[in-house]
Amino acid sequence: MTFVAKPRVHHPQLPLNDLGLNRRDYEGAVSTLCAGCGHDSVSAAIVQACAELSLPPHRFAKVSGIGCSSKTPSYFLNASHGFNAVHGRMPSVATGANLANRELHCIGVSGDGDSASIGIGQFAHIVRRRINMLYIVDNNGTYGLTKGQFSATNDKGSTSKKGAPNLYEPIDLVSMALQIGASFVARSFSGDKQQLVPLLKGALLHRGFAFIDVISPCVAFNNHNGSTKSYDYVRGRGASVVTADFLPKDFIATAAETVVDYAPGTTETVALPDGSRLRLSKLDESYDPHDRAHALAHVLEAQQRGEVVTGLLYVDPDASDCHEILDTVETPLNALGEAELCPGQGALDRINAGLR
Amino acid sequence: MTVYNDFVIRFANVNGSGSASANGMFAKALFRMGVPISTRNIFPSNIEGLPTWFEVRASQAGYQGRREGVDLMVAMNAETYAEDAAAVVPGGYLLHDNSKGLDRRLLRADINAIGIPIAKLILPEFTNPKQRKLFKNIVYLGALSALLNIDFDVITGMVSTQYKGKDELIQPNIHALELGRRYAKQYLECPLPIQVRRTKQLDGKIMVDGNAAGALGALYAGATICAWYPITPSTSMAEAFEKYANQLRTDAETGQRKFAIIQAEDELAAIGIVIGAGWNGARAFTATSGPGLSLMSEFLGLAYFAEIPAVLFDIQRAGPSTGMPTRTQQGDLLSAAYASHGDTKHPLLFPATPKESFEFAADAFDLSDRLQTPVIVLSDLELGMNDAVSDAFTWDDARQYDRGKVLSKEDLDDIEVFGRYLDVDGDGIGYRTLPGTHAEKGAFFTRGTSRDAYARYTEAPEAYTENMDRLAKKWRTAASLVPAPEISGHRHRAGVVFYGTTAAPMVEALVRLADDGAPLDAMRLRGFPFAADVADFIDGHEFVFVVEQNRDAQMKTLLVNELSIDPAKIVPVLYYGGLSISADAIAERIIEHFDEHNLPRLKEVPGGLGA
Repeated sequence: MTFVAKPRVHHPQLPLNDLGLNRRDYEGAVSTLCAGCGHDSVSAAIVQACAELSLPPHRFAKVSGIGCSSKTPSYFLNASHGFNAVHGRMPSVATGANLANRELHCIGVSGDGDSASIGIGQFAHIVRRRINMLYIVDNNGTYGLTKGQFSATNDKGSTSKKGAPNLYEPIDLVSMALQIGASFVARSFSGDKQQLVPLLKGALLHRGFAFIDVISPCVAFNNHNGSTKSYDYVRGRGASVVTADFLPKDFIATAAETVVDYAPGTTETVALPDGSRLRLSKLDESYDPHDRAHALAHVLEAQQRGEVVTGLLYVDPDASDCHEILDTVETPLNALGEAELCPGQGALDRINAGLR
Repeated sequence: MTVYNDFVIRFANVNGSGSASANGMFAKALFRMGVPISTRNIFPSNIEGLPTWFEVRASQAGYQGRREGVDLMVAMNAETYAEDAAAVVPGGYLLHDNSKGLDRRLLRADINAIGIPIAKLILPEFTNPKQRKLFKNIVYLGALSALLNIDFDVITGMVSTQYKGKDELIQPNIHALELGRRYAKQYLECPLPIQVRRTKQLDGKIMVDGNAAGALGALYAGATICAWYPITPSTSMAEAFEKYANQLRTDAETGQRKFAIIQAEDELAAIGIVIGAGWNGARAFTATSGPGLSLMSEFLGLAYFAEIPAVLFDIQRAGPSTGMPTRTQQGDLLSAAYASHGDTKHPLLFPATPKESFEFAADAFDLSDRLQTPVIVLSDLELGMNDAVSDAFTWDDARQYDRGKVLSKEDLDDIEVFGRYLDVDGDGIGYRTLPGTHAEKGAFFTRGTSRDAYARYTEAPEAYTENMDRLAKKWRTAASLVPAPEISGHRHRAGVVFYGTTAAPMVEALVRLADDGAPLDAMRLRGFPFAADVADFIDGHEFVFVVEQNRDAQMKTLLVNELSIDPAKIVPVLYYGGLSISADAIAERIIEHFDEHNLPRLKEVPGGLGA
């Protein structure tokens, strides 16, 4: 199977969103990943998030690097252009794409090999530059396409399918993103759509660099006993600190609303640039998702206890993005023509005069 | 006998001593008097302390190439006294600071030492230690104005312009100039037999370096995104783009910018940003040098195979590896032409002058959009970083950017089925769409993996081969679009082929060779892939010299490889010492070849077409 388009027929009663589109309008080609791959759940969550947000399905720039994760932009948002670049270099391509047209939603999908090994330099620098995008790492701790080598996010002591332990320290991209200045940082689990979909919605509408590390088990090479990126391990050791619930901009609270089935703690809402809101339910009352240092400390402490912290870890609702830093015009740069860009012979005469 | 406007002067200074400003004023003064000059900065990879030289050649004939030998040395660096004295031609001049007498290393019976007690002159006049150091340069500039008969008003005028708004600096500078000038007039024979005089030869001309010219060309071409990583000798191109963009691309009302410049974390990211922007429909470029080109190679292969416009300026320096980072060479030809693995090749442009740097920069964006592939402009340090006299820049205000085959929403409405890589027009170039254009049609997945004409992933041998063959067809289309070679003379037995900065000394070498009975037809290559004219020129001669600035005769390899030319027909003439190639070196080597092979010195064919 190389490329299979999904049939366009769908159930007549699929719900329509504000654009009159149903979920199928946000899907992509049939996945060629293994049955049960966590990455397919992430793609499905992206489809659901975009459909529920009623974003035009053709107004995205989908970018990726190389690896199983990086194939997934084929499997969602078929109406949008995708760019499967070179290994570890998605961040630079995303930077160029976003600079060229600030009006498109940019979704980058990468993997742990792509972002934590070969591409760790580019990952660090796109965080610094605050490119306005959603950056997802489908994190399975292994190189799937080359058949099961450890990746840099694999925990020390976690074992391969054949039982050999990983001897090296893991790189935690969430901690890195927090340190370098990402303005939206979350971790989730591909098996927890209820947590993942609202996080994706919040990240898509966040202005600035939004990072979600999604633990996404590799059913072929890293889902056995002894792996710390397996479905069972994450389900057993996952600890959510802040669950996010997405409230659309015209949302009116009603007594009947039930949004989360986690244990309730305190809640607060965060306004997003388009007027919608994220409602954060803090499961640990002491946790402050607006305090970068606190978030980082919490993640590191949980790691020492062998826990996987999930949920929205940090958000700065007033963040800026690279276009603000560069003070570029509102019109997308790719829409400017000769009239706006070329100063003409008159200006050239003045430049010539200055060179005499 | 007095020689006017024909000499080489070299300033030997210590890097970081403030000499660049004084030496630049010297060159500018000659330019403003209409003296045809070219300048060369021979500098170290260093911030302060190492030796640095600045050379100005005045040539009444207008020759812009480097000339061997120094007529007047300004020896201001004790560390290099011996080699500086040795570089002077017999009968030449050596200006030095004799505050402590004449250093023995400067002694040479066959040259004229010109001693000026520069430090002594400065000591009682200035108390500030920084000024005492800086004004040494200004004092010798003042002395030179008398020795070479430079209009003093031109120099003082420049000081006033340079320090406009900092009036407190004008008077001390002029005072230092006068100290030198007065001393020379009083104690030395002024002017020397080599001197300058005003001409109208440079009316309308400008003096500029190739990097600034290229940056301006990119700006005029509508480049909105520049991503780069600092590397000598390309850095000044990105910096010039920023300067011009700030002036010319800032919205008058809002102050917002119609451009984005990213100093990337490395060259890999720089080219990645360019390719991401090109994919998304903005004109983008990067400027780099050899080591950066190596790093960018993987991405260049992606852009070739995925067919994405990108413009890369390679300002070449001497390799391999870090090589001589502040010296010039044409050593990246092959690695640029075939950058990346697999069957990959890229169109190249070879500018030879600042004017061409401006024009080829603009053309590169049109070509890249038209061909949907990376275009590499191969400049070098000699062109990029040295001020040269150039024709003024011109721009046709009616010129429209050629954005190539990009389908609009309306175009897509009229198309039944969109196939990104379908060869609709038979030129090997498909139609592309930009992200976000149409709600239902035109979206496709761009990838470095193999795909069919509808951009669907495939490993089918037929589909892969068909795609590779279409790319080869596109390559043949490119040969008709890149700038054609400039050919002169049509009747001689032998020809000479050259490109880029070898053009400047070649003009001079050709005249000298003709005088020596070895006239050659000449072809200046301006682009790759080679147009049909290139093979015709070589076929039409018994043998051709290929003159270039690298060790391995890379252009010879490229010609033999691409045009299946008999390698025995090509005689390489090579220089790769890191300075720019000189007419002297070219002419000597070619005459040697004639002599070694007992070739008759050819005479002009009477009534021939001539050059």
